[in-house]
Amino acid sequence: MGFADFFRKKASGSIAKDRLKLVLVSDRANCSPEIMEQMKNDIIEVISKYMEIDMEGMDIKISQTDMEDGSGTSGPAIFANIPIREMRGKKRSE
Amino acid sequence: MGEVIVVTSGKGGVGKTTTTANVGTGLAKLGKKVVLIDTDIGLRNLDVVMGLENRIVYNLVDVIEGNCRIKQALIKDKRLDTLYLLPSAQTKDKSAVNPEQMKKLAEQLKDEFDYIIMDCPAGIEQGFQNAIAGADSALVVTTPEVSAVRDADRIIGLLDANEMKQIHLIVNRLRNQMVKDNNMLSSDDVVEILGVDLIGVVPDDEQIIVSTNNGEPLVGTEALAGQAYMNICRRLLGEEVELLDLNGKKGLFSKIGNLFKKN
Repeated sequence: MGFADFFRKKASGSIAKDRLKLVLVSDRANCSPEIMEQMKNDIIEVISKYMEIDMEGMDIKISQTDMEDGSGTSGPAIFANIPIREMRGKKRSE
Repeated sequence: MGEVIVVTSGKGGVGKTTTTANVGTGLAKLGKKVVLIDTDIGLRNLDVVMGLENRIVYNLVDVIEGNCRIKQALIKDKRLDTLYLLPSAQTKDKSAVNPEQMKKLAEQLKDEFDYIIMDCPAGIEQGFQNAIAGADSALVVTTPEVSAVRDADRIIGLLDANEMKQIHLIVNRLRNQMVKDNNMLSSDDVVEILGVDLIGVVPDDEQIIVSTNNGEPLVGTEALAGQAYMNICRRLLGEEVELLDLNGKKGLFSKIGNLFKKN
């Protein structure tokens, strides 16, 4: 590695590998944008029963996570970042 | 009984045709009887890479449509007696042939040849389906770039879905110095991401361009890419061959330079 590279954040080879891993996770999940949108709407519907969420700020994506089976491998996972505006404190109907 | 191998990649321009020409020529040099089939109907290329473009009389579509017998359409290689080419048609399109017909053709050729190598067109449409129809195994060619690896992953998924028995990966046009500088995916990276067996790494080599200019595959020559392709052929025949040292031959000055680096 050259002297100038030392100051760079990350070499492009590693960036390529990380980007590829991410894009392939969603490619392989075979999840079309339409299905993702439907899923997102369903999730909004369920959570909205209990609390008010910030729809603009929410983000749902398929990415990967370390498996918890101790194998050290990673697998696909759904990540949902859903900001809460207000806890409604709705009482659940009994 | 011959084996049918399809050379495919998804993305265009990664070296399918060059690989077909070199692997086919290499297997013939190792004494096997080989026929290369250009399945890219409408975009004929394998004939020029092989230097056989002036000898075409009949083509793949003529054979399929029954305008000639298979033997009439096969072109014998200039240099090797056991190597033949079935060229593609230039004036038709992919719909001129269907997968069932390709399967039948491959079966017929199996009696006569040890290896039938299909050069697949880019893309995942009918041309791809035609090329893989009769294949027993696949050579997936990719370069160490995000776009090519992504397409290779898609192709491997489709090959799995079509129950392809064996899939081998070739990482083409690797630039060793860039890998060392961590500015290019290594072959290990690509294998890790795609999860298929690696059968060879071919370095980016100017001699490939020279050989294509001349219409003479460079497999088996001293050029690094020529050695890499010959190693792939040996592995296809079941030999255990170590991966090529891609550092290649170096001049005296760089050797002296290396001595100083080590200390």
